[in-house]
Amino acid sequence: MKNEMTLHIKSLSINEAFARSTVAAFCAQVNPTLEDIIDIKTAVSEAVTNSVVHAYPNTVGDIKINVVLKNDQVVITITDYGIGIFDTAKAREPFYTTKPDEERSGMGFTVMESFMDSVDVKNNSTRGVTIKMTKKLSLETKAMVAND
Amino acid sequence: MQIKNRLYNNTLYISLSGELDEMSANFTRNEMDNIMQISQIKQIVIDLSELNFMDSTGIGILIGRYKKMKLKNIPIFICNPNNHIEKIFKMTGLYEIMPKIS
Repeated sequence: MKNEMTLHIKSLSINEAFARSTVAAFCAQVNPTLEDIIDIKTAVSEAVTNSVVHAYPNTVGDIKINVVLKNDQVVITITDYGIGIFDTAKAREPFYTTKPDEERSGMGFTVMESFMDSVDVKNNSTRGVTIKMTKKLSLETKAMVAND
Repeated sequence: MQIKNRLYNNTLYISLSGELDEMSANFTRNEMDNIMQISQIKQIVIDLSELNFMDSTGIGILIGRYKKMKLKNIPIFICNPNNHIEKIFKMTGLYEIMPKIS
């Protein structure tokens, strides 16, 4: 079975919890383990935070979140149309941040990489950044899973 | 985000409950800094038993508080993180500067 959804949100931090919870709820339909759900929630939170904090300095822009579920595979693509990332390789290094004065940890991409199977980051040909993350989900075998 | 604190035997206990992300970052940072100004503190214990969610924004805030308290020689300890938050702490090496206690 294949299923897909797309979410369009403004780059406001108040939308982060909505975005990560919505993606997690969408993925929940295939009955993944709670651990996988929380991994996805965290990775989405990191990617959306990147767009909120870095893509649109002093302004608010659009973020598109696309999720494709195919059996036990999930592909999450998060796109913004902001200023882009100057050096994507550098941005992925642990503890690297362009905003050290704001107490940023510089661990966003490291967290995404740890919680997902693959993370691809690229500047769009026009404007902004696309982060594509994939994960093979461990599915609960039981038909009923307690809601947490 | 809700932040509670109590002082007991010169130990400041700070309890965070809710979700720590970009949305709650400034509030959490400012509240913790206000609470940590109490003069008779010898050590700080941050209780995370009621923190349901945290991403790397939380790591930045905790490291920031660590740096401020280090100037005053006040150690910070972490207790009761959930499994997910524990994973982030281990991944980022946070326990090396803020040891976990039970």
